[in-house]
Amino acid sequence: MALRVVKRRNPPAWSAAAILVCALVLSLGVSLALLAAIGKSPVHGLVALWNGSFGSLWAIEDALIKAAPIFLCSLGLAVAFRMQVWNIGAEGQFALGAMGATWAALTFPHAPSWVLLPLMLVYAGLLGAAWGAIPGLLKVKLKANEIITTLMLNYVAIFLLEYMVYGPWKDPASFGFPVTPEFTPSAVIPLLGVGRLHGGVLLCVFAGVLLWAFLRYTRLGYELKACGEGAKVAAYARMPYNRLVLFVLTASGAFAGVAGFVEVSASTGRLMTSIMAGYGYTAIIVAWIARLRPVPIALASFLLAALRVGVENIQLDMEVPAAFGDIMEGLILLTILSGQFFEQYKLVRKGAKNAPAPSASQETAP
Amino acid sequence: MNFDMVIALLAASVQMGTPILYATLGEILTEKSGVLNLGVEGVMAVSALGAFVVAQATGQPWLGVLAGGACGVFMALLHAVACVVLLGNQVVSGLAVTILGLGLSSFMGQPFIGLSAPGFTPFAFPLLSDIPLVGDVFFRGDALVYLSYLLPFALWFFLQRTRLGLEIRAVGEEPEAALAAGLSAERLRMIATLAGGFLIGMGGAYLSLAYTHLWTNGLSGGRGWIAVALVIFAFWNPQRAIIGAYLFGGVMAFQLRLQATGSHISSSLLLMLPYLLTIVVLAASAARGRGDEAPAGLGVNTAPEE
Repeated sequence: MALRVVKRRNPPAWSAAAILVCALVLSLGVSLALLAAIGKSPVHGLVALWNGSFGSLWAIEDALIKAAPIFLCSLGLAVAFRMQVWNIGAEGQFALGAMGATWAALTFPHAPSWVLLPLMLVYAGLLGAAWGAIPGLLKVKLKANEIITTLMLNYVAIFLLEYMVYGPWKDPASFGFPVTPEFTPSAVIPLLGVGRLHGGVLLCVFAGVLLWAFLRYTRLGYELKACGEGAKVAAYARMPYNRLVLFVLTASGAFAGVAGFVEVSASTGRLMTSIMAGYGYTAIIVAWIARLRPVPIALASFLLAALRVGVENIQLDMEVPAAFGDIMEGLILLTILSGQFFEQYKLVRKGAKNAPAPSASQETAP
Repeated sequence: MNFDMVIALLAASVQMGTPILYATLGEILTEKSGVLNLGVEGVMAVSALGAFVVAQATGQPWLGVLAGGACGVFMALLHAVACVVLLGNQVVSGLAVTILGLGLSSFMGQPFIGLSAPGFTPFAFPLLSDIPLVGDVFFRGDALVYLSYLLPFALWFFLQRTRLGLEIRAVGEEPEAALAAGLSAERLRMIATLAGGFLIGMGGAYLSLAYTHLWTNGLSGGRGWIAVALVIFAFWNPQRAIIGAYLFGGVMAFQLRLQATGSHISSSLLLMLPYLLTIVVLAASAARGRGDEAPAGLGVNTAPEE
C-alpha cells in the first residue's frame, strides 16, 4: 500500500491530546516489552507502576513534592526555549542553587526562619543565575554554542557539589558519609498542614503566576515572545537580541537555583549528592511536552513526577534498575516529538478518492 | 616527571582520544548533511554495551565492533526517523536519544556488570613501532587505534571527492537548492546520519572492548558531548578532529595519572578538567572562527517529499 504525505490545512483541535495519549501508550508498551526482555513480568510491572504512582494518597503526595523542583526548573527553561535558546543546564543550575541555600543555612544557623529562608532563597537564586549567566556571556560575547556550555557546566557543578560535601562542608559527625551537617529547624521550609505538602509547593504556584504575569504584561515579556523566531527576526524588529539571550539564561538559572533551594531545605534538610536525581533533565522533557506553557507545565511536572514515584516502586518491588525511568522519559519525549508531525501532515493512500491533487499539497516547510 | 613518563602519557593520550575521534568523525559526517545529532552520548553508551555483549557471547572482538556499529545505526535511526522523516526538532530529538540511550545501556547492562569480554590489546606495529618517539607514541596501540588513523583521510576523501559526498554536503549547505536540483534530502540525510551512527558506535565499542575489557555503568562519561563540541573545534574538518581528540585524550590521561600518584588535589576537582577544557576550547574556537564553518542548513528540516 503506497502512502503519501499531505499537509493538513487545519490541525484538528483534539490532535494534541490524541498525540499525547498515543505517545504515552506506545512508550509504556515498549518499556514493558523491555521488562519482559530481562525476564520480569510486564503485567506485574504495570500494576506496580500504577500503584506506585497513583495507588495511594502517600504516592500522590510524593509526586506533588517531587513535582515542585521539576516545575520550577521547567518554568525557567520554557522562557529560554521560547527564544530558541537551548539551556540544557538546569541540572547544574539546580546544583548551584542547592549549594547557595546550603551556604546560607550553614553560615547563619541561628537566624530566625523569617530571615534565614528568604536569605537561602536569594543565595540559591543568585548562584543559579550566575551559573546560567556564564553560558549566556559566552554565547553573547564569543558566540559559543550554549547547548554544549550549559551541558558541560552540569558536569562541573556536580563535581563541585561532590567536592563540597566530601571536603569543606562535610559533617564531622557523619561517620565518613559525604553529607553536610543537618540544617537547623529555621532553615527548613515549613509544612503547609495538608499531608506532607510543604511551602515549596506554594512557592511554585507563586512563581508560576509571577512568570505568567511577566510574560503577559511587561515589555520584556513581549519582546521575549517576539524573539522566538531567532536572531534575524529580532534584529529586524530592532530588539536587543543579545541582552535578551543573557536575560533568559540568567533567569532560567535563577528558577533552577530556587528549585535547588526547595529540594535541600524541604526534602533532605542537608546537602548530599543524592539530591542530583536528574530533575534538570526531566524538566526539559516537561517543558517540551507542555509546549512551553505554564499550566500544562504544572500538569506535565506532576505526570513525570508521578512516573518517577511509580518507577521507584517497580525498583523496590521487582528489583529493576532505576534506569527504567530514564528509558520511559526518553521514549515519551521521542514519541511526542515524532507524533507532532501528524498534527501538520496526514498520510493518504496514493490514488485515494478524497485526497487533494498532489499539486495542491506541495507546500514548503517554514 | 622523566622522559619515559612523558612518552607514556602521550601514548595514553592517543588511546584515550581514539573513542572520541571515532565519535567526532561520525558526528562530522552527520552534520555535513545538515542533521545535528545531539544523541552521541546515548548512542555511544548503547553501542558500548552491544559490542560488549556480542564479543562476550562469541569470543570475537571484531564481531563486537560490528555489533557496536549496528547499535549506533539503530540509535541514529531513531533520531533520523524523528527529525528527517517526521520533521521533529533536531535538538530535542537528540536529547531524547541521549536520555533513552543512557537509560537503555544501564538497564540492559545490569547483568553484565563486572564481567569481562575478549577485546583488543596493544601490539607493536611492524617496522613503524621502531621509529624513535613516534613509534612509541603512535604505533604501540591496538588494532582500532591503527584503523582510526585512516578514517579522517577516508572521510575527507569521501566528502570531498565522491559524488555521494558532494550530494551530502549540498543537502547540508543548501537544502532547498539541492531539492531543486533533484536530490532527495530525506535519502541523503538518512544515509549520512546512519553512517555517522556506525562510526559513533565504533567509538562506543572502543570503550568496552579496548579501553576497558569490563562492563561498568557510565562508560561514555560525557565523551559523546565532548565529541559534539569537537566538531565545532574542528570546524567540520576531519583532519582537525584528530588534534582535538588527542588533546582531550591527553587531559583525561593526565588527570588519571595525577589521581593515581595520590596528589593532594581533590579528585572531584580533577574530574572537572575535561569538561572545563571543553568550554574553554569551544569558546576559543567560536571566537576564532569566521562563523560560517558550520553547514548552512544544519538543524534546518526540509519539507516532506510527496
